[in-house]
Amino acid sequence: MSMDATRYEDGSISYPGHPRGPGGAEPVETVDLSEYTAEVVTWTTSTATPPGVRQPNHLAIVEFDVDGESVRAIGQLTTGDVETGDEVRPVYVDELREPGAGIREPESQEWDGYRFEPV
Amino acid sequence: MERVAIIGASMTQFGQREGEWIQDLLAEAGIECLEDAGVDADDVEHLYVSNMASGEFEGQTGVPNALAHDLDAMPAYTQRVDQTSSSGGAGIFAAWQSVASGASDMTLLVGGEKMTHKTTGEATDVIASLTHPVEYKTGVTLPSFAGLTARHYLERFDAPRESLGKVAVKNHKNGVDNPHAQFQKEVDLETILESPIVADPLRLYDFCPITDGSAALMLCPESVAREYTDDYVVISGIDGATDTHVVHEREDPTVMGGVVESGNGAYEMSGRSPEEIDVAELHDMFTILEFLQMEGLGFAEQGEAWQLVEEGYTERDGELPINTSGGLKSKGHPLGASGVAQGVEIYEQLVGEAGPRQVDADVGLCCNVGGFGNCVITTIMEAAQ
Repeated sequence: MSMDATRYEDGSISYPGHPRGPGGAEPVETVDLSEYTAEVVTWTTSTATPPGVRQPNHLAIVEFDVDGESVRAIGQLTTGDVETGDEVRPVYVDELREPGAGIREPESQEWDGYRFEPV
Repeated sequence: MERVAIIGASMTQFGQREGEWIQDLLAEAGIECLEDAGVDADDVEHLYVSNMASGEFEGQTGVPNALAHDLDAMPAYTQRVDQTSSSGGAGIFAAWQSVASGASDMTLLVGGEKMTHKTTGEATDVIASLTHPVEYKTGVTLPSFAGLTARHYLERFDAPRESLGKVAVKNHKNGVDNPHAQFQKEVDLETILESPIVADPLRLYDFCPITDGSAALMLCPESVAREYTDDYVVISGIDGATDTHVVHEREDPTVMGGVVESGNGAYEMSGRSPEEIDVAELHDMFTILEFLQMEGLGFAEQGEAWQLVEEGYTERDGELPINTSGGLKSKGHPLGASGVAQGVEIYEQLVGEAGPRQVDADVGLCCNVGGFGNCVITTIMEAAQ
């Protein structure tokens, strides 16, 4: 399992990847963000969660530094005991929310992924 | 190009409309708007319906055609406009285009949504379905985005938590004088700051409610408007823009590019500047959004909107009254109706029909936000001279 970001021909990286990057740049390779640590940019604890989502749901936007190129990601946190600026690492989870409990067609996307755990 | 006028407006009672469904709500606003404008249904050439999710909420699709039949407006051309929470603003843009292009001499726009029969979790999930798969699987909701952004804003700009609460205090106070508002009661700061946490640091009263309701506007060329009334408004500037679908990919979490771009476009088209706006309706789905739009539209420098709120600048008797209707916060947020209802408020302010909410205004602006700033429409209206 990997947390695939996409590097474009202009050197920028995005998570998730897109068919075209900044300025129409084409994707050139994937970068596995699970091999890196990240810094918490901001975080929240959501207490009003939709069907199939844990309650409370700790969430964060984090920023990875991939060889000098920054790339952000959103993800669940393993704990609500974090602060802005904390260092976190991705930890694999085989089901982030219950497929089919919400409105999204279960077969239309993947449901496993990574939570961020304070280092 | 001839200017596009608005000659009539209406909105239903917003709130929990038990036993009434999307077709009922749309028809109620549509009939009232026809009556307000003094237009026969036969004369409606285009009929636009702003609606995000009647299929998902209610299992009812094809609502524009249903409304044309209910209003006896056939054979009017019909079209549904879905742009999530900014469907109403997008409807104004579409209706403006239909008239400005010369395709229609009388366009009725009706926005509406039926939501309250769903649980909060179910309704929140329908709205959150606009997110990218990597976002959706985390369980992120639009309120969660607001919590993430509010924390970043407060920490970065050293803004007090109370300033967000004061947005809610102001908008609830305004809503008291709006007979169509879902909540017509004041809420004090202490109650707001002690209400249950929904998305830390935001609490219950930082969020708009789930709402049923509908609103409508009648648009036509200015030359046609003069045949009906002397009291009309013109759309002097309008533009729409998008930002990233994936919210965390934005360079600055406190800047909504769609607000900036659509605002700039509307200012350029109208020849107006932020200083010339007398009254504004902003998309306060969450209190933090009022700050971001004030800054994106040039009413405040980045990171300083909270100071204007603290100073009373945006109160009804302030320099720039914002959300005299009560905003989404107090008036309610029936998704497809909200942008249209913003237009209804500005129309009423400019023709002097806002009753106890009336402010001295010749130029008004509304900003309707879809997603978490994903798509935005900004409209500038002016009283007919």
